[in-house]
Amino acid sequence: MTDETTHALAYTPEDLPKKESFLKPHRILLILLFAALVVAIAVFMRWDWLPRYLPRLGSGILVSLAMLFSTAFLGFLLAVPLGLFQVTGPSFLKVPARIFCTVIRGTPLLLQLWLLYYGLGSLFPQFPAIRQSFLWPYLREAWPYGVAALTVSFAAYEGEVMRGAFAGVPAGELEAARAYGMGRWTMFRRIWLPRAIHRALPTLNGETVLQLKSTPLVATITVVDVYAVISKVRQETYLTYEPLLLLAAIYMCLTGTLVVAFRYFENRIPTRGA
Amino acid sequence: MTDAAQAIAVTDLHKRFGSLEVLKGVSLSAQQGDVIAIIGGSGSGKSTLLRCINMLELPSAGQISVHGEEIRMKPDGRGGLMPADRKQVQRIRTQLGMVFQSFNLWQHMTILQNVIEVPIHVLNKSKAEALETAEALLRRVGLYEKRDAYPAFLSGGQQQRAAIARALAIQPLVMLFDEPTSALDPELVGEVLSVIGDLAVEKRTMVLVTHEMKFARDVASHIVFLHNGVIEEQGPPEAIFGAPKSERLKKFISSIH
Amino acid sequence: MVGDSFINWSLLSLSAPGWGGLLLQGFLSSIEIAVGGYALGLLLGIGGASGKLYGGPLVRDLLECYTTVVRAVPELVLILLLYYAGTDLLNQVLGAFGIGTVDISGLMAGIFVIGVVQGAYSTEVLRGAIKAVPAGQIEAARAYGMSPFMVLRRITLPAMLPYAIPGLANLWLIATKDTALLAVVGFSELTLVTRQAAGATKAYLLFFCAAGALYLALTLVSNVFIGMLERHARRGFAEQR
Repeated sequence: MTDETTHALAYTPEDLPKKESFLKPHRILLILLFAALVVAIAVFMRWDWLPRYLPRLGSGILVSLAMLFSTAFLGFLLAVPLGLFQVTGPSFLKVPARIFCTVIRGTPLLLQLWLLYYGLGSLFPQFPAIRQSFLWPYLREAWPYGVAALTVSFAAYEGEVMRGAFAGVPAGELEAARAYGMGRWTMFRRIWLPRAIHRALPTLNGETVLQLKSTPLVATITVVDVYAVISKVRQETYLTYEPLLLLAAIYMCLTGTLVVAFRYFENRIPTRGA
Repeated sequence: MTDAAQAIAVTDLHKRFGSLEVLKGVSLSAQQGDVIAIIGGSGSGKSTLLRCINMLELPSAGQISVHGEEIRMKPDGRGGLMPADRKQVQRIRTQLGMVFQSFNLWQHMTILQNVIEVPIHVLNKSKAEALETAEALLRRVGLYEKRDAYPAFLSGGQQQRAAIARALAIQPLVMLFDEPTSALDPELVGEVLSVIGDLAVEKRTMVLVTHEMKFARDVASHIVFLHNGVIEEQGPPEAIFGAPKSERLKKFISSIH
Repeated sequence: MVGDSFINWSLLSLSAPGWGGLLLQGFLSSIEIAVGGYALGLLLGIGGASGKLYGGPLVRDLLECYTTVVRAVPELVLILLLYYAGTDLLNQVLGAFGIGTVDISGLMAGIFVIGVVQGAYSTEVLRGAIKAVPAGQIEAARAYGMSPFMVLRRITLPAMLPYAIPGLANLWLIATKDTALLAVVGFSELTLVTRQAAGATKAYLLFFCAAGALYLALTLVSNVFIGMLERHARRGFAEQR
């Protein structure tokens, strides 16, 4: 169920066009029309601002990608125990893990982000201990709050995916591990965890695309990602459509690259039919 | 009581699932080189007996020894038993090569990775040694060409042969087979039985739960007929199939043929 | 500072000095937009899924473009684009007919943008659900002489519902949370009102937590209904696991 919904929300490797059947007469027509549209956009709209902003756009894209990969990585590290506790943990771990996932998944990410940035950000300065700690220079910046909010959100959604993946590993495969004398830790490390990740991989890819689609929210707390750079362009040039179209195109390219990379990995490790 | 020549000794084993008593005091012993076939109708407790031997199912009462070493158990507080020493159970399990009805190959690993997994990560063999053994075993079961394939891409018969290679790779004292051909399409049964038959010929100690009566008769040195959780009759195959004594066994054999 | 004024519950009171009333109004706006956007999305989704499955090659490709763009571009960017482009376009069309510009209400604009985004998601959910109906059931209906339309109405649609409901339920939850993004274009739904209240009173944690509780309550109440709906829709399914 989670898998299918993720697929409905995010462009995934399954959606990439198949080579053999791609070029058909009506498609060629569509491609020509699309090309004409691109030319018209390039010729009739204003793009003179673009060269000036290229360096900033580049660094904005890097910030967006850094946000994506750092939070997906950290979030996944949190998701493994969140999923595991919900499947097999004692109730003092199971209940908090469940509550965490429910609360985070039940509230908008934008609200969580603002809660952390404005809420904690206004609370921290009141404690001298925090102001004097080595963390303070970072806590005055915006990006740690962005990383925290995105990490927590990814962990909650992915924790739910991992819960299903852990629970779905066939009991017989775990039994085989025990039957040959594996201890609990070896079984978890060698069989249960890799098998669960193996099962979750397609959904994980979709969730990562969704995470990319969430990153522009950090622009609302002054992190200068590619979305923020485009907002700056809009303010300074008084243009509405050109920067936004470019932004959409940039995200399409980023998603496309991500999806092609995932397809490459999925082809190397067969996950379907297993 | 338990001498080292006895590969497996089960004494007065009971197993209850709630109020249902599946095993009602079963005793069984296997000497080195024995091939013991356990037969019986469904619900007779034969799979449960096999699974108790390597503690995948915890017995409610009774003793189990492997190679003269008794598995130490203590009460679990709910009227059953549990292992007193987890490490001992793990060590003893590495002497028992279990083959499952539904193969239970690890689907995220290739065939070769499945076979070298336990030697490397449980038995602490070097990778080179494990690979050498694994490749020889895969040649033997006729799957050397498929060593880098993932289990999902193999037929049931191939998967079960790979699972036998995986069990052999731990160099077990005793091989345990839990209805190894029951999940297979009829045309794939033969290839698996011939691999098991070869193992019997080389005098490997085996305990086999099976529905294949002809096969049991051909390879087993000793047949155990289980009915309703007790051993109804046991003996050499000629006696069991040629001159069954109990009514139940007679009925069972005639129902099979 | 940290003492008794730490949690000032009176800020949440419903009448004038408190912000509770405004918060609830924002919450209502959020629900209105979510309901409207979700309904619009469902309509678009039914059309989109039928087009993708039964339409000609051109229709299919155009719908593929629609769902691809929506699923590859962040909602926030889409909302901005649709918000500006939608209102602009409408005014230009009206201008061309000499009617003059109208002030489009934030509510309608919000429903429009959420609806268009949801439409792409619904298209995918419904398409997947229709494809999940075992082909044999549809074949059987045809074999007994049902017309294509009758097959759709009597067999395919009811049979796909159990497959569609979990996905559609998730989309409803997503719609309620996506309304928060309208705060960025300045629409007074719950999240923006909360931020204004928090900024004015400096009680950030209190207000954000209160708003979080409202969203969570909406999700949990929805989940109860979704559970009832799913149980009803899954009648006739042998229980798995």
